[in-house]
Amino acid sequence: MLISDYNPITGYIALWNGIFGDSYAIGETIRQISPYILAGLAVAFAFRTGLFNIGVEGQLIVGWFAAAYVGMAFDLPKIIHLPFALIAAAAAGALWGLVPGILKATLKVHEVIVTIMMNYIALHVVNALIKTLSGGGFKLERIHQSASLRSEFLSNLTDYSTLHYGIFVALAMVVVMWFILEKTKTGFELKSVGYNDNAARYAGMSANKNIVLAMVISGAFAGLGGAMEALGTFGNMSSMGGFTGIGFDGIAVALLGANTPLGVIFGATLFGSLKYGANNMPNEAGIPVEIVSIIIALVIFFVACGYIIRVGLIRLRNKKEEK
Amino acid sequence: MLDVLYFIIPITIASAAPLIFTAIGGVFSERSGVINIGLEGLMIMGAFIGILFNLFFADTFGAWTPWIALLVAMLVSALFATLHAVASISFRADQVVSGVAINMLGLAIALFSVKMIFGKGQTDFIQQKIPRFNVPFLEDIPIIGPMFFKLVYGSSIMAIVVAFIAWFVIYKTPFGLRLRSVGEHPMAADTMGIKVTKIRYIAVLISGGLAGIGGAVYSQTITNDFGHATINGQGFMALAAMIFGKWHPLGALGAALFFGFAQALAISSSSIKLLADIPSVYFHIFPYVLTILALAGFLGKAKAPKALGKPYVKGNR
Repeated sequence: MLISDYNPITGYIALWNGIFGDSYAIGETIRQISPYILAGLAVAFAFRTGLFNIGVEGQLIVGWFAAAYVGMAFDLPKIIHLPFALIAAAAAGALWGLVPGILKATLKVHEVIVTIMMNYIALHVVNALIKTLSGGGFKLERIHQSASLRSEFLSNLTDYSTLHYGIFVALAMVVVMWFILEKTKTGFELKSVGYNDNAARYAGMSANKNIVLAMVISGAFAGLGGAMEALGTFGNMSSMGGFTGIGFDGIAVALLGANTPLGVIFGATLFGSLKYGANNMPNEAGIPVEIVSIIIALVIFFVACGYIIRVGLIRLRNKKEEK
Repeated sequence: MLDVLYFIIPITIASAAPLIFTAIGGVFSERSGVINIGLEGLMIMGAFIGILFNLFFADTFGAWTPWIALLVAMLVSALFATLHAVASISFRADQVVSGVAINMLGLAIALFSVKMIFGKGQTDFIQQKIPRFNVPFLEDIPIIGPMFFKLVYGSSIMAIVVAFIAWFVIYKTPFGLRLRSVGEHPMAADTMGIKVTKIRYIAVLISGGLAGIGGAVYSQTITNDFGHATINGQGFMALAAMIFGKWHPLGALGAALFFGFAQALAISSSSIKLLADIPSVYFHIFPYVLTILALAGFLGKAKAPKALGKPYVKGNR
């Protein structure tokens, strides 16, 4: 920040106020954290099975769309409607994850490239669907109240912010991921395939089945992240000129959280608050919000390098001990 | 029908040129065994620097500005690619993660600088664009002349020339042989006395430079300013072109032209009678779907360099 000739202190004060300044800001920050948790979970879950899911962004977009569509098109009692919309979002995300999963499992196609391409397909297809459904317009109608995650109570508590129940969904999913990975046979198989797929295969596990399963679950998490935006924050969906960025930031969240469910909460809290707090910086300190994206990118970069530096240090120590 | 071609082919070539540059850059990097997902970020950097230079030095250099801007964009993007090179070659970082970081960093730095310098979300429009001109003699050829040689951008011709040069360098020179061997079997190459690290560094820098030119060509021919959506997927489309072209410079050239054609159709399908009924979304997703099919092996076997994505550790087997 010093390089760019802005005052770092006023900058950080602005950032701080943006995150914790008043109860409204806290509410908005927590609201921002929930999709980050889900995106982080999606990336982390795939990582644990040895897959790199860059497609979280696309899975999130289709999830957003599915939730917004179900919320808008049906009229059901809340107890059915809300879960239905959430499941639709998860299913859409899972479907988007299924394609790279199957291609990876059956044809050994590298999942990174496929998921990137799926991101763009999601973006264009969803934009086209919005245009068709809204009769040439650029956004869908608002969802019905019965599908909304919004809550009067949370909103009042935080000075009329857009805080919604989504954070509880996100936290529940953290528990779900922990449970799947640590407490079920499937989770054990998924992790084994991630560690060493040859050994897993030798032990009689089906690596292919687990690859597909991992991508599907990962996609479902991402789809739910989209549902947060559809049912909670925005209440509808507008056609998009570019990506939301949540999916890509999810990579940073997962990396920083060391791919564990608990770590993801911390990663998401950090990046979610930075991201929301940064919106306050242009007004209070005149610093462009992109500074936070630069920081996030640098964190990814150094975590990627740092891992190797750590391995190098350990190796160096081992060598000394041998002598 | 001929009118349609007269209309569409120039758009095709214009939208393909940036893809060609960037895809060729990708070929260099990946042939040496370094995955370069960061092409998008490098292109953004190139597009931004190109516009920036053009805006500030248009008075000094006059009509030469866009060309010098290309050069500067190339140098800056190559410098930016050094980050990726250091991380993925020397520090053995995960090349995909590092590439993702490059993409985010490129966009963030460019937008941050734009807001800092111009105080708003996008730059002003440039005055000195890359000029279009008629190729003498060739433009008089009936049918082909007006299609290919009337009012072409100089940069488009350059792109095609670069593709052929790249083919020559990679397949006909000692450097090219080393490049390919480093990407296929680095240990064997090392045994033969080739400096794996050095070759890979050079390859990544070349890819950065070419992606920078690609970005600057895009911003100086198509958008003429720089904002958050200037480069929106072009880098990944170039990546797709490279894969679809089977990691071969001329294949990448063909694929880039083909994707340019798809883009041209997407832009202009509404004004062509035959295609007006087809929703443009099909043309938009066409290159991406095609790439997935190509990867899945439905369109002939595409083989990636063997050592792609693996850092080379001396003495490891």
